Amino acid sequence: MTEIKITVNGTVRSDEVEPRLLLIHYLRETLGLRAANVGCDTTSCGACTVLLDGESVKSCTVLAVQASGRAVTTAEGVTEADGSLGVVQTAFREEHGLQCGFCTPGMVMATTSLLAENPHPTEQEVREGLEGNFCRCTGYHNIVRAVLAAADKLSGADA
Amino acid sequence: MSILGTRVLRTEDPGFLSTGAIYTEDVQDERLAGACYVHFVRSVAAHATIAGIDTSAALDADGVVAVYTAADLAADGVKPLKPIMPSMNQAMLQTLLARDTVRFVGEPVAAVVTEQMYQGEDAIELVDVDYDFLPAVVDMNDALSGEKGLLFPAAGTNVVCTFGDASAANPDLFDGCDVVASEVIQNRRVAPAPMESRAAAAVWGEDGRLTAWIPNQGAQGTKAALAGALGVAPDTVRIITPDVGGAFGAKFGVDAEQVVTCWIAKQLGRPARWSETRMENLVGMTHGRAQQQKITIGGLRDGTVLAYRLEILQDSGAYPKFGPFLPSLTILMTPGPYRIPRAESWATSVVTTTTPVGAYRGAGRPEAAAAVDRAMDLFASAAGVDPAEVRRKNLLPTFTEPHKTAFGAVYDSGDYVTALEKALAAADYQGLRAEQARRRASGDTLQLGIGLSSYVEITGPGGEAGGPNENGTVEVHPDGTATVLTGTSPHGQGHQTVWAMLVSEELGIPIDKITVKWGDTDLVPHGGGTGGSRSLQLGGAAVQQASRELLDVARERAAETLEAAPADLVYDVAASAFSVKGDPDVSVPLSSLAQAERLFVRSVFTSPGPTFPFGTHVAVVEVDTETGKVFFRRIVTVDDAGTVINPLLAEGQRHGGIAQGAAQAFLEEVVYDDDGNPLTATLADYPFLSATEVPSYELVDMETPTSYNPLGAKGIGEAGSIGSTPAVQNAVIDAVSHLGVTHIDMPTSSQRVWRAINAAIATKET
Repeated sequence: MTEIKITVNGTVRSDEVEPRLLLIHYLRETLGLRAANVGCDTTSCGACTVLLDGESVKSCTVLAVQASGRAVTTAEGVTEADGSLGVVQTAFREEHGLQCGFCTPGMVMATTSLLAENPHPTEQEVREGLEGNFCRCTGYHNIVRAVLAAADKLSGADA
Repeated sequence: MSILGTRVLRTEDPGFLSTGAIYTEDVQDERLAGACYVHFVRSVAAHATIAGIDTSAALDADGVVAVYTAADLAADGVKPLKPIMPSMNQAMLQTLLARDTVRFVGEPVAAVVTEQMYQGEDAIELVDVDYDFLPAVVDMNDALSGEKGLLFPAAGTNVVCTFGDASAANPDLFDGCDVVASEVIQNRRVAPAPMESRAAAAVWGEDGRLTAWIPNQGAQGTKAALAGALGVAPDTVRIITPDVGGAFGAKFGVDAEQVVTCWIAKQLGRPARWSETRMENLVGMTHGRAQQQKITIGGLRDGTVLAYRLEILQDSGAYPKFGPFLPSLTILMTPGPYRIPRAESWATSVVTTTTPVGAYRGAGRPEAAAAVDRAMDLFASAAGVDPAEVRRKNLLPTFTEPHKTAFGAVYDSGDYVTALEKALAAADYQGLRAEQARRRASGDTLQLGIGLSSYVEITGPGGEAGGPNENGTVEVHPDGTATVLTGTSPHGQGHQTVWAMLVSEELGIPIDKITVKWGDTDLVPHGGGTGGSRSLQLGGAAVQQASRELLDVARERAAETLEAAPADLVYDVAASAFSVKGDPDVSVPLSSLAQAERLFVRSVFTSPGPTFPFGTHVAVVEVDTETGKVFFRRIVTVDDAGTVINPLLAEGQRHGGIAQGAAQAFLEEVVYDDDGNPLTATLADYPFLSATEVPSYELVDMETPTSYNPLGAKGIGEAGSIGSTPAVQNAVIDAVSHLGVTHIDMPTSSQRVWRAINAAIATKET
């Protein structure tokens, strides 16, 4: 067992974990943060996407011990202080960018990371930025619209 | 103003977007405390006899509680699963864990139970299965001939069942035709691959009852199948349906792994959980489509179609699930929206040493649409008539009274030519053809292809006596809230929002005060679930009907309270209150009528029959003639599913369907090698559609209401996936048709397109 210390959604967490424990399972099983999901075993689908020090990672391919000393943000951690939906989450709702919801927390985090890197993406840049996040329900149409709407809102908030 | 027809945002979403939906793997319930974990040892052979299974090393491994094989199930009296329909060969039995023979890679052979999740992954590697390999039967033509052997020697054949009579073929079918075109085409095997894989959590209570959390599309069907497989009385089983992360037809009923998980929970007297990996999902969950079709079409040089024949060979995979039944739906929809004077079709379903085949978005109808719309283009090409003109000439004229086809389908209402014209206009069909001509003339490397599909499909079917039906219950509570119980079962569609809209429309209760419940068989004992695009037209109609009948009950109570005749009362929807006509001050709120006695109504809505949505898709692709690469550029769709209750959600259903259908045309395919090894068993190998491979979709509105339910609604869940497949495939072929290409099988991969181009060029040169 190895001791780890990770800041998750702003709270410092310390645990003894098996060295092989995946970050996604640490979040889900140890901490009970079950928004992120496991959708594949090959780092292909992105349902497990979280932020590690602000950048999106697929947490099924990161060991919990690798995240020690770093900051993890999950979909649970990007709501507003009063618990209401954050800007990206609101955009997904308003544009109907989710159906079954399984890819959604990962999509929200991938979008958060994408817009941090590129606040004014074109439609094509959004599609390329989310290429590693699969959705089976929406055909991506409304997800792309949601990301573009979130970009507009965030840049409006900046101005 | 009516809430119906407006773009109401989903009430499901705030939870889904923040803490996440609660899928089976997420369920935290005190009854599941201390659960053990189940993992399956799966066959690595496509076809083999099992000479022995050595579980001793696994039993010694860390955390292993038990290891079970087919022998343990048999010793407990668990019987094999029979084919799902009596018409199927009854000798094709499936034991829940393979007993003497394995018949596909991925078939469960043993179950390993561990204390912790990761221990099972280790321990399954330690189970030693001794296989004596048999020849794999991968190609359905080989299965039909029997030359590579039989999967079930006791059955005496690889044929599961047949539909129609090939020996009754009309030898004169194509008499009088100037032009006859024929092609053997492949409607490839694809993986439903919902984002949430399969799972189960099970516990037996002290009362001897099983409670099982299983992702499904209809808990009542899952309960019946599970009870049957376990050999217990249905009353002893309770299914609870958590949020479900997509299904697409592949989560109806129950699968062997889920039954075994429930059985293990009983054996050990402790709760058990199972969640599969994606690799397991891609070999263990049923696949879809997998039809070989021979299409032959004939008619006149002016583009009039006179005759059409569809001959189907259906790959059922290793065990007869829903797959062998699919051709019956294909046959039913043989002529699609076209007026074809002479048409005939028949089918044979065979078993192969591959993953079993089941329902996948559209289930049998996309196969019919793909066949007839490919045939229309083959005919158009052979006759030298524009594909749009061929469709215009052969579509059934507008009808408002039900139209019965020669195949027994009764189309409720249709306006197919208008759908075609609207789609062509929105796509600027003439402009696209002009651009195509320019590129052809200039010999551009990127050629433009335009593909059409005019489809009709069947939704809300059901075998119930008296017509397809569904139940709904509405209860108003004293605090002004309401609860809806429905026999339908959402897995992404948004029933919680729409069923609340239907109640709100009638009763005036705000949608955020309406709770919708489903999928708990103790709470909702009956129901047909969600599939076949049945929910709104049957389950939604039932909720609307229950709301109206609840007002009738409430009116009687209000009359007593207000000391007036029921007929003298008016219901003010905005205020959710009854008042006396002409005296609005004398009123009583609906909620107060629930105080002395519960106020609820359960109602069953029965439809005269299934409904038939229709539309036209126009797809535009570019094809690189040097590499064969296909670029999917545009798709314009008219999908008329009658009255739309929530356009936001209806559009979402269309988007998703378009994507899945298009992906089947140009991208997706489950592949096996000759030995039956799956080559697409991970999402790194299976070409799952990503955001970069599709354009935004151009939707055109059209609403032709059905008279079959008061909502006027038909189903929209599958329409997108039915029209888009042939439209995209036809577009790819159209892009290179001037080079002499007349057909390219799905998916139109670069390799297939490149080969088709080069074969055509070689033919021209010789």
